Amino acid sequence: MVSIQDVTFGYDSRVVLSHVSLDFPRGRLIAIMGSSGCGKTTLLRLIGGVVTPQSGRILFSGAAVDTSDRVALYALRRKMGMLFQFGALFTDLSVFDNVAFPLREHSDLAESMIRDIVLLKLDSVGLRGAAALGIAQISGGMARRVALARAVALDPEIIMYDEPFTGLDPISLGVTANLIRRLNDATGATSLIVSHDVEECFQICDYAYLMSAGRVIAHGTPEALKASEEPEVRQFIRGEPDGPVKFHYPAAPIARELGISA
Amino acid sequence: MNPLDLAAALGRGIIDRLAVLGHAALFFADLARHMFSSLRRPQLTVTQVHAIGNRSLVIIAASGAAVGLVLALQGYLTLSRYGQAESLGLLVALALARELGPVITALLYAGRAGTSLTAEIGLMKAGEQLVAMEMMAVDPRVRVLAPRFLAGILSMPLLGAVFSAVGILAAYVVGVWMIGIDEGQFWSQMQDGVDVFDDIGNGVIKTVVFGIATTFIALYVGYESKATPEGVALATTRTVVISSLSVLFLDFILTALMFSSP
Repeated sequence: MVSIQDVTFGYDSRVVLSHVSLDFPRGRLIAIMGSSGCGKTTLLRLIGGVVTPQSGRILFSGAAVDTSDRVALYALRRKMGMLFQFGALFTDLSVFDNVAFPLREHSDLAESMIRDIVLLKLDSVGLRGAAALGIAQISGGMARRVALARAVALDPEIIMYDEPFTGLDPISLGVTANLIRRLNDATGATSLIVSHDVEECFQICDYAYLMSAGRVIAHGTPEALKASEEPEVRQFIRGEPDGPVKFHYPAAPIARELGISA
Repeated sequence: MNPLDLAAALGRGIIDRLAVLGHAALFFADLARHMFSSLRRPQLTVTQVHAIGNRSLVIIAASGAAVGLVLALQGYLTLSRYGQAESLGLLVALALARELGPVITALLYAGRAGTSLTAEIGLMKAGEQLVAMEMMAVDPRVRVLAPRFLAGILSMPLLGAVFSAVGILAAYVVGVWMIGIDEGQFWSQMQDGVDVFDDIGNGVIKTVVFGIATTFIALYVGYESKATPEGVALATTRTVVISSLSVLFLDFILTALMFSSP
């Protein structure tokens, strides 16, 4: 479905992804996990053609994601759905109109049909009753659920979720996780979840990639990763403060910085 | 700094600015192209005409009235020295139709609607709304920018006409009601001395040119703003500064072209 082949990407001199190769087969629910800033979100943006790799290539259903060919890129994007980390809802539209937006833009459906689809999508995220509300009137967690309904409005072939569990209360978190799994199974779509929520991801995903410092350090089924004895994998999955991944950003010793002699 | 470094820095600066100008020119061509396709969905433009046109009416009308009042007082003082007080209507109408109407309307528009456009686009960018639209295979330049561009071009001549009309009415109040100039002279001299094409027509052309310039600057600066609160704040300030200077500079060019011969 999606093939990332030897992709390198960075901003100016800062390398975000370095020679990354990944394959996402059709119909699977795949988690991409790693600490903050390891390049997870960038990976989704590369698949969506929002940014262009410095080297390597990305294939979607066999077609190259080519950011220079806008028409072809938009044709590919019509098959994609993306849930943004902070929802990215249109603040001048109501909850209903946000979910209806892609349907109105890309289909010739009658308004009555659009209404039915939107209400069904909103019902699936538990927000049918909030359809008439404005975006400023709903909470952050609700906004994320509206964004989820919008992302799947056109029943895309691939759904990319950028940190779908952040900021959700425990009830919404469980419901959202189950919804992602059910959507994946019911529609046969490929689902990519970018998250650092190990527990929730492992409960619903078929396969997981673990990233660190712009490269893939491990991949496998949740069971295999849990059983891994690799120090970096163990540190991330168990949330250990000490290990190969340093908490502190590289810096000179603090004693020297503060002018204190040891 | 040695002369070679200085020359290199100067060259780099010039190249950077030329690159910005080139980018802006391409952006303008893009907007102009998409502006016509946005006519297929007139409701988008109508909404924007209301947002940036109707909502500017109060400040435009109030300013027009203030300028008309002052112009009438100052004009009367000068004209009465030469026994030409009856020409007050003509003086006010020419000043408003040719210069003050288009220029002050454009400056007010830049401050009221231009900043609003820049902030709106900048915040949409910061909130990832534009990227979200891109990911839904909807071109923000077609859906968001082009209708606003067209609405700005349509609104500006109408706002200019309102400014001039209110200014003339205010001058009438001062000249005829307060000072006691003959009402027939006030209107007949205006009717006789103001040419529909040379004066009003050229004034309308000015407002259209200013509408294109100020709306384009507002949209471009907003679209290219940094997606941070500081970036949006800076972009809003830049819109006012660049738009105001552009209006004054363009006014000189247009006046030289339109009114250089007596």
